[in-house]
Amino acid sequence: MSSVEMSDAISTGIQMPKPDQAILARRAEIVAALKAIVPGEGVVDDPTEMRPFETDGFLAYRFMPLAVVLPETTEQISAVLRYLAEAGVPVIPRGAGTSLSGGAIPQEDAVIVGLSRMIKILDTDYENRTLTVQAGATNLSISDAVSADGFFYAPDPSSQLACSIGGNIGMNSGGAHCLKYGVTTNNLLGVKMVLVDGTVVDLGGEHLDAAGLDLLGVICGSEGQLGIVTEATVRLIAKPEGARPVMFGFDTSEDAGACVADIIGTGIVPVAIEFMDKPAIDICEAFAKAGYPMDVNALLIVEVEGSDEEMDDMLARIVTIAKRHKVKVVKESQSATEAALIWKGRKSAFGATGRIADYICMDGTVPLGQLPYVLKETARIVDEYGLRVANVFHAGDGNMHPLILYNINDPVEAQKAEDCGMDLLRLCVDAGGCLTGEHGVGIEKRDLMLYQYTQEDLDQQMAVRAAFDPEWILNPSKVFPFEARGNERPSIAAE
Amino acid sequence: MSSIKTFKPKTEEECASIILEGSGFEIQGGGTRAIGKLDGVERNILSTAAMSGIIDYEPAEMVMIAKAGTPLADIEKALVKGKQRMIFEPLDYRTLLGTKGKPTIGGLIASNASGPRRFVAGACRDSFLGARFVNGKGDAIKAGGRVMKNVTGLDLIKLLAGSWGTLAPMTEVTFKVVPQVETEATLVLHGLTSEKAARAMAAAMATSCEVTAAAHLPENIATGFKDVAGKSATLLRLEGFENSVNIRIEKLKAILSAFGEQSVLNDKQTKAVWADIRNVKPFSDSKDKPVWRVSVAPMIGHQLVSQLGAENAFLDWQGGLVWLQMDEKPEADKVRSTIAKLGGGHATLVRASDEQRQSENVFQPENAAVTAISKRIREQFDPLGKFYTGRMG
Repeated sequence: MSSVEMSDAISTGIQMPKPDQAILARRAEIVAALKAIVPGEGVVDDPTEMRPFETDGFLAYRFMPLAVVLPETTEQISAVLRYLAEAGVPVIPRGAGTSLSGGAIPQEDAVIVGLSRMIKILDTDYENRTLTVQAGATNLSISDAVSADGFFYAPDPSSQLACSIGGNIGMNSGGAHCLKYGVTTNNLLGVKMVLVDGTVVDLGGEHLDAAGLDLLGVICGSEGQLGIVTEATVRLIAKPEGARPVMFGFDTSEDAGACVADIIGTGIVPVAIEFMDKPAIDICEAFAKAGYPMDVNALLIVEVEGSDEEMDDMLARIVTIAKRHKVKVVKESQSATEAALIWKGRKSAFGATGRIADYICMDGTVPLGQLPYVLKETARIVDEYGLRVANVFHAGDGNMHPLILYNINDPVEAQKAEDCGMDLLRLCVDAGGCLTGEHGVGIEKRDLMLYQYTQEDLDQQMAVRAAFDPEWILNPSKVFPFEARGNERPSIAAE
Repeated sequence: MSSIKTFKPKTEEECASIILEGSGFEIQGGGTRAIGKLDGVERNILSTAAMSGIIDYEPAEMVMIAKAGTPLADIEKALVKGKQRMIFEPLDYRTLLGTKGKPTIGGLIASNASGPRRFVAGACRDSFLGARFVNGKGDAIKAGGRVMKNVTGLDLIKLLAGSWGTLAPMTEVTFKVVPQVETEATLVLHGLTSEKAARAMAAAMATSCEVTAAAHLPENIATGFKDVAGKSATLLRLEGFENSVNIRIEKLKAILSAFGEQSVLNDKQTKAVWADIRNVKPFSDSKDKPVWRVSVAPMIGHQLVSQLGAENAFLDWQGGLVWLQMDEKPEADKVRSTIAKLGGGHATLVRASDEQRQSENVFQPENAAVTAISKRIREQFDPLGKFYTGRMG
């Protein structure tokens, strides 16, 4: 990507507001004020050092921010927000910058408030099964900290090595194991959050449910638009005795889809049911040498948990069900090594795909019964664009992840891939699903929001947003399409 | 209060036009959850009861869509037919409050009324996927959807769950359902003090046995349960396939052997005992006495009971849910200040005389910042103040 002019957006399909010249003109003054609040190396204003902050996991767009501030305490974040809100400077909250929807992408007149220096675990309480952590800590660091004592934190997005718990809360992140344990909102008990005016609020705690309105529930998944979470209290779960995957190969996606519905319908709750189509199988096998069958068109990885005896029992039931659905290949793992190998292919799917092409990873969710239809339509739509697609996704909950392959350095193909992705999301909505299951709206899906919601639906959401951030200081260009904002809210038209 | 009118719209459109034309609406489902502040403000009733019926239920999809006024009994009947259930174990307040009428699915969600499985499987709000509602401007709004993973836009349905009908009337709700289990069983530990019981429950939850309910009934409460009467009873429920439940019960028995006397309740006994715990049966015969529902950290529940010197109390949710019956007065300040002193949580006065409901804060008052945000949110759902909010006031 070095050939690309970094300060310009690579793609142009998604509009961002033109920077406010008055704010740009005050840059020196703003940087000085931030340095007074966060001393030492907490303010990044050198263009070279700001490079890593100009985009996130949604690489097709990039903008240089006005400045980056990396506070170490809630008090500093409070002072920073109070100053920036009063100065009318947009704020982009940033966890680890792994967002796949552009949720952490800045704009040129905005200050990034990053959490990367707030990574401490503050309290671990096994009797109450909770852990309190600063919001910049990585998702995986929580499970790592409690693993030796027999516990784990359940949501496990693929980026868990890098992504922050604050970012997870912003996007209400899921992961492969959420079929059994739920997503972030189901595992979050409390937060400390700084409101846009600098007020610090504590919501929830080690107890369950809200006394009044469930503010924690609406904050989770709000994409950094309601405040900046600085600490989180999460639920810990006792680790299962063991986990074991079984792999099934089918001739058709329909058979695989029907098998998924049947497994779930009997009352078995696997921790994960992952689906891969033929292109995904080919890509992953070439990379991981996981021993995936090459003569099938759909692969399921079903993982169960429990004692050996229980897993034997559950896997036997699952295999019986798969046989009813014309399963062609059954591979049960006989050892930890074999289990790891089965997962290795799936877990390397994104990386392996990235080796053969650039890709956009889509994230719509559809009702379970619509999976076979949506897969067929996906193939047809992608083919019409003259592109290729690989499907790897969480089949148990209908969360699709088609990977559209393209060449990022070919502007025509890049635009095609983006358009194709939008068509696939429309397909998910048409099938009774939604635009995003776990990646968030960000800028990527912002302009499709009116496809899923009416103007009135979005007005209601924007009104609730304004109850937290009346001046739209926080992450202002995300989630809500400019065309739906009207005259009173910041948009391109309002300039 | 002669001017009180009751409106029962049959459709969302009718509901919207009633809202546009009138004001002062108390939103009601089946009226079985008569909980909340009484402030003497005159109001009309906007009932969802006439918007009734299951719209879509395919067991294989594990989702049900129903009109908000659908009686829970109808929903449960359909679920039994589909061999499914709501995982959060809906709490039926009629047992505790002595209310009549039919609980509705909308009322259930509006009160976020979860039972014993809540502490491991999520609250009612966690099973709630989507809704249609009419805001105070008369706009029909869709929030959430019908799929299990959905992060598209702000999660407004979380605000509706537990809003007790003070934000907007829901007209249609979508929620997740799960398959029934093959069997369930309960390991009972007899004769533990509340403190030891808390430790035993924490120990059980630290195992991989997948306990789906954990409660402690002191001796005077356990007496009312024929299968565990005699001594205090600490109950740990396991669910699943029969083989698996048997294996895990044995494992749990071994792990908790140091806690003394044990027995096991079978499937039928388990269902009966947890239904009574869920619906607060122990306090159903003393309707003149105030009852608190308190949420604290699991290890705090027994400390709260002992510091208050309460004689009629029992613990669910591993100790994190305290059902507390007072002898005479609610003693709200004492209950809430003790909760605060022990590290925080909240207490709702779910049963009280009309007089007490006028003088006490039924819902726990929140701090200034949270109160201010909540007030602004209410204004955004209902800018003209059409809906009665005093209930949560």
